[in-house]
Amino acid sequence: MSLKSSQMPNYQRRKVTDAIMRGLVLFATACAIVPLVLIVGYVVVVGGSALNWEFFTDVYQPPMTVTTMDMIGAAPTGDAPFDPNDPFANLDPEALIGAEAGDEKGANILEAPARGGVFHAIVGTLLVTSLAVLIAMPIGILAGVFLSEFPDNSVAIVVRFACDVLSGAPSIIVGVTAYILVVNATNPNTGQPYGFSGIAGAIALTFLMVPTITRTTEEVLKLVPEATREAALAMGATTWYSTFTVVIPTALSGIVTGVMLAFARGAGETAPLILTVLGSNVLVTGLLQPIAALPLVTYRYTESPFPSENTLAWGSAFVLMMLVLLVNILVRIATRNRLRTH
Amino acid sequence: MEETTQGSSRLLNGFAETVSPAGERVAQTATEAKIEAIGFNFYYGTFQALRNINIRIPQNRVTAIIGPSGCGKSTFLRAINRMHDRTPGARGEGQLLLGGANIYGEIDPVKLRRRVGMVFQRPNPFVKSIYENVAYGLRVQGVRDRRVIDEKVELALNRAALWDEVKDRLHKASGTALSGGQQQRLCIARAIAVDPEVVLMDEPCSALDPIATMKIEDLIHKLRANFTIVIVTHNMQQAMRVSDMTAFMLMDSATRAGELIEFSPTAELFTNPKDQRTKDYVTGRFG
Repeated sequence: MSLKSSQMPNYQRRKVTDAIMRGLVLFATACAIVPLVLIVGYVVVVGGSALNWEFFTDVYQPPMTVTTMDMIGAAPTGDAPFDPNDPFANLDPEALIGAEAGDEKGANILEAPARGGVFHAIVGTLLVTSLAVLIAMPIGILAGVFLSEFPDNSVAIVVRFACDVLSGAPSIIVGVTAYILVVNATNPNTGQPYGFSGIAGAIALTFLMVPTITRTTEEVLKLVPEATREAALAMGATTWYSTFTVVIPTALSGIVTGVMLAFARGAGETAPLILTVLGSNVLVTGLLQPIAALPLVTYRYTESPFPSENTLAWGSAFVLMMLVLLVNILVRIATRNRLRTH
Repeated sequence: MEETTQGSSRLLNGFAETVSPAGERVAQTATEAKIEAIGFNFYYGTFQALRNINIRIPQNRVTAIIGPSGCGKSTFLRAINRMHDRTPGARGEGQLLLGGANIYGEIDPVKLRRRVGMVFQRPNPFVKSIYENVAYGLRVQGVRDRRVIDEKVELALNRAALWDEVKDRLHKASGTALSGGQQQRLCIARAIAVDPEVVLMDEPCSALDPIATMKIEDLIHKLRANFTIVIVTHNMQQAMRVSDMTAFMLMDSATRAGELIEFSPTAELFTNPKDQRTKDYVTGRFG
C-alpha cells in the first residue's frame, strides 16, 4: 500500500469531487454570461448595422409620406372627386414609397428602406436623465453621508429601510406615482393638468435614482477607515469639514460609481417615461412639453409593422448602450485621482 | 518585541546619559504643568475606565505613559483632546486642565484640538498630496495665504525630518504612496504644522519596523524643544529612550478601572520605583 493512500484514504474521491465542483462552478458562470453576451451581441450586430451619419443627426422620418396631392390628385382613375369624409379613397398606397425626389415609387411599403435617425431621442434622453441626476445627486449623496456618519438613530434606520424598498420597487409604480403627482396635477393658473413633460420624467427618474445613490454612497463612505476621520477631527476639523474635505474625497470614485449606476438605470428606464414624458417624433428641447427618449423609441418602434422603423428601434437600443458607456468613461476620466500612489 | 535586540545596546548607553539631566530638568520645571489632572474619572456608559487620576505633565518635556494592555493609558491620552466625543456614552468627570482651563468644561473641543495635536498608532495620512496632508490643519484654521502655507509646510516637514525625502514630489505623490515610517513622519508633520502646544502620540511606532522606529524616536527628542509631548507606549525600552517623565498605569483587578500607580522622572521610575507594582512591571515580572 502506498504512503499516499494509507495517509489519505479518500484522496481519489476528493480529487474527483473537486473536479466536479469546479466544473459546476464554471458551467454556472458560463450560464450567467450567456444572456449578457447574447443581448449585447444582438444589439451590437443588428443595431450597429442601422448606424450611419444620418442616424445621429436626423430626427424621426416616417417610412412613407402622404401629401395632400397624394389624396386628391394622384388617384389611379384620375377623375374621382375628393371626398372629405373619406380622404384616403383615392390613395394608392403603392405610389407612396420614398419621400425624396428620385425615390422609386411603387415598391412594397414593407420593404421601404430605413430613414431618419434618433437625434431627437438622444437629446431628449440626455436632457431628462441629466436633469434627474442633477436633482438626485445632491439629495442622494447628502442622505448617504447622513446614513454613514450618523448611522444609529431612528431617522437613519427608517431612511435606510425606505431606500431598500424603493430601490426594489417596480419602476412602473414610480411612473404611476409621478403621473398622479405631476402629470395629472392641476395647474392653478390654467385650471388644466400640467400634462406630459420632460420635467415630470426627470422627477420620476429622480425617485428611482435617489435610493441607489444614497445606499452606494453610504456603503463606500463606511469603507473609509475610522482612523482617517479621527485624523481630521484631531486636526480641529468639525464633522462636516472633515466629511467634505477628507471622507468624501477619499471615497469619491465609489460615489461616482454610484451616480453612474443611477445614470445608467435612469437612462434605460422605459415604464416611468411612458407615463411622464410620453415621447415625441420631433426635436424638442423644452422640458415643459412631451419629449423624446431613446428607450421610448425602442419601445414604440420594436412593435411597428414597418421594418424601417424596427431598424430605428434596434439602432436606438445600440445608441443607448453606447451613450451609457461613453458617459461612464468620461466621468471616470474626469474624476480620476491624478496623484501617484506608489 | 522586535525593538528589544537592537535597542538593548543603545539602551544601556543612552540610559546613563539621561539619568541625571532628566531629573534636573523636571525639578526646575515642576511648577510649569502643561496638562494637569485632578481627581479625573472617565466612563464608557456605566463602566468606569479611569479612576481618580492625578498627574501634572510638564511643559516641553516628553512624558511616557506605560502599563499593561487595558490599563487605560490610551483612554487617558485620548481624553486629553476629547477624541472620545464620538463614542456614545463616553464622558469625563473631574478636572483635566490644559494650561489651567478645564478640557471637559470651558474649552470647545474643536478649539482644543487645534492646541492639542495627535499622532495615531497606525499612520493615517489622507488620500491627498503630501503638501495637502501637511497643509490640512492650516486650511482647517482658515489660512488662505499661499506663502504662509508654503512656509509652514516646509518648516513642518523639516522638523519631521521628511523634507529631503519628499521635496521633489510634494504635489505629485499621494501621502499614502510613502513607506510606513515616512507616513508616520508625515502624520507628525501634519500634527505640528499648526504649532500645537501639545502633541499626543498613541503608540506611534507599534506598526513600524526598527529602523523607522529609531527615526521617529530621534524626531521625538528634537521636537521636545518646541512641544509638550505625551506618548503612550507598551514598549518599556522606548519609554526609557524617549521620555523625561514616565507614568505607570495599572488596571485595578476588582473594578477593572485604570489607575495611575506612579509618576516620576523616567530614570527614577525604572531604576528605583517607589511602588512594588511598578517594580514588578518594569522588571518584567508581569504584564
